Amino acid sequence: MSVLQRDPQDQVRVLDEDGTVVGEVPDIDDETLVEMYRYMRLARHFDTRAVSLQRQGRMGTYPPLSGQEGAQIGSAIALDEQDWMVPSYREHGASLLRGLPLKQTLLYWMGHEKGNEMPEGVNIFPPAVPIASQIPHATGAAWAKKLRGEDDTAVICYFGDGATSEGDFHEGLNFAGVFDTPNVFFCNNNQWAISVPRERQTASETLAQKATAYGIDGVQVDGMDPLAVYSVTKAALDKAKNPAEGEGRPTLIEAVQYRFGAHTTADDPTVYRDDEEVEKWKAKDPIPRLESFLRETGRIDDEGVEAIEADVKQRVADAIEAAESDPRPDPSEMFNHAYAERTPEIQAQYEEFEALREKFGDEGFLRE
Amino acid sequence: MSSQNLTIVQAVRDGLYTEMNLDDEVLVMGEDVGKNGGVFRATEGLWDEFGDDRVIDTPLAESGIVGTAVGMAAMGLKPVPEIQFSGFMYPGFDQIVSHMSRFRNRTRGRYTLPMVLRAPYGGGIRAPESHSESKEMFYAHEAGLKVVIPSTPYDTKGLLISAIRDPDPVIFMEPKLIYRAFRGEVPEEEYTVPIGEAAVRREGTDVSVFTFGAMTRPTLEAVENLEAEGIDAEVVDIRTISPLDRETIVESFKKTGRAVVVHEAPKNGGLGAEITATIQEEALLYQEAPVKRVAGYDVPYPLYALEDYYLPSVARVEEGIREAVNF
Repeated sequence: MSVLQRDPQDQVRVLDEDGTVVGEVPDIDDETLVEMYRYMRLARHFDTRAVSLQRQGRMGTYPPLSGQEGAQIGSAIALDEQDWMVPSYREHGASLLRGLPLKQTLLYWMGHEKGNEMPEGVNIFPPAVPIASQIPHATGAAWAKKLRGEDDTAVICYFGDGATSEGDFHEGLNFAGVFDTPNVFFCNNNQWAISVPRERQTASETLAQKATAYGIDGVQVDGMDPLAVYSVTKAALDKAKNPAEGEGRPTLIEAVQYRFGAHTTADDPTVYRDDEEVEKWKAKDPIPRLESFLRETGRIDDEGVEAIEADVKQRVADAIEAAESDPRPDPSEMFNHAYAERTPEIQAQYEEFEALREKFGDEGFLRE
Repeated sequence: MSSQNLTIVQAVRDGLYTEMNLDDEVLVMGEDVGKNGGVFRATEGLWDEFGDDRVIDTPLAESGIVGTAVGMAAMGLKPVPEIQFSGFMYPGFDQIVSHMSRFRNRTRGRYTLPMVLRAPYGGGIRAPESHSESKEMFYAHEAGLKVVIPSTPYDTKGLLISAIRDPDPVIFMEPKLIYRAFRGEVPEEEYTVPIGEAAVRREGTDVSVFTFGAMTRPTLEAVENLEAEGIDAEVVDIRTISPLDRETIVESFKKTGRAVVVHEAPKNGGLGAEITATIQEEALLYQEAPVKRVAGYDVPYPLYALEDYYLPSVARVEEGIREAVNF
């Protein structure tokens, strides 16, 4: 029976908080399991460094992901090469796994548009800042794949618990249900929409059960258990692309988890939640859980962990070096991409802008 | 009257606090306005003071926030919903333009909406994408709405109280770049600053410079710098985008015969166009030079690495004024 065939309130788990197996371990080869661990460590270390860069004034406002690595990596690693990902603004880990270089994620949060210029072959939409606004895009993208007969492709969409309150969530999932689009709607329920707790978003007992209203399956998973996340995402992808019978169908996954840090570096969570709650969730940290499982099953040892630690540090340091040494974007770039070609109006404004720069230099524009 | 030295964002908070104390029908609602006190702390302490029924943390849904406020206002409450950033008003746009602006007209005055929709707007704070735009003209284009943008702590409190007491819906946009840039004297008591009246910030004879919100700062600085070049500029702070105080605009222009408009919103369809047309209609024979618009460019607002190049700078404003004066 599919892992999706269950009550939306019956949370899927594979590992308990100590990393002990309590469910069915998904069929993943050893190498991929270790890669999963490597990427989770990478995401965590990147996150720690990114917050520190912001604190040092080397980067703008940044939304941290610590605590959510299990959900991001466990789901993204289940995707096939040709699948697409439609993220919110916190999916730095999932994006990395899907081929977006860390350097670009850094550039985006350093205020460079270039951070959103996806490399060829990287199937990721630009991060959507307005909450839930990306959900209908994901439905449309999957619909397009279906209409064009590209039946081997699914589209995963990430969003948070707060997003389920927006109209776009309803409309996106409703279309998906009506048109049977090959989607996986992946809700990172991290308990807090800035200061507003999950209970304030909806009177529904779970977010997964909202699927019922759209005529699609909803499943709740322990989002800090990367193996459980992998299992449900894989099952949802199979259902979207290779159903045992009938047409492919969408799924709503609610991955229950916690953001250990602030909503963004501009936020102070101590105002609205207490340390006790944070500590309770930290006991579910997905990284030691997976590490413990890998060690217990002989897939990794001290040496392996140390090698990954060294690799992770190096990769993040290299990415920061690359992002910071990237040349400042040329200011005239802002006139280049509003349309395929500059309109006469934009051309005139560009010329006026260049004349001003010629006359006053960059000092004529830059504030402190 | 006793007074306090407040920033603009503190004046917002003080205006809400003052009016909530005076009128039980006034309530605040929005995302993170309660325990968190708003992401900019514009509602700090109000939740402790007035409780969960008057300072309401809502689900994350702007259409829901605006739409339910419309319903509340129609029933006689005076809701002051906050949208966290003006860039997130668009899920509520349908409610704003299809209903908030038109209940009075659609019911021949039977139902009215004494509500104020607050949102911080504008660039320059190194914020992420969709957090920096200046789109006041979307709302100015909609009959039935009043659109207010203060630029000083004193005006902020006085205009906010006027907005809350106004029988019609008001879009109250707050210049977040200068939320904490400086302090000003603000009376502790209630007082109002009238909606629909511009303020002459500096009198001058050579050229009239019209601006509002955060752009009053580079404008005043540019005008001071130009004194050394012998240019005596008048600065008019528009304060209410709609209904526009055409009288003050025309009066100032008739005195100087030259005009510059400074705003961070895109040039195309910006307030500068409306001010220019007003001058053409009402003071053509006084005109000695083309009206110069120093505005945001007609391209999407760039991510913050380039935002200084997009926003009118002191040098750009100075150059615009020179152009108008030396024509």
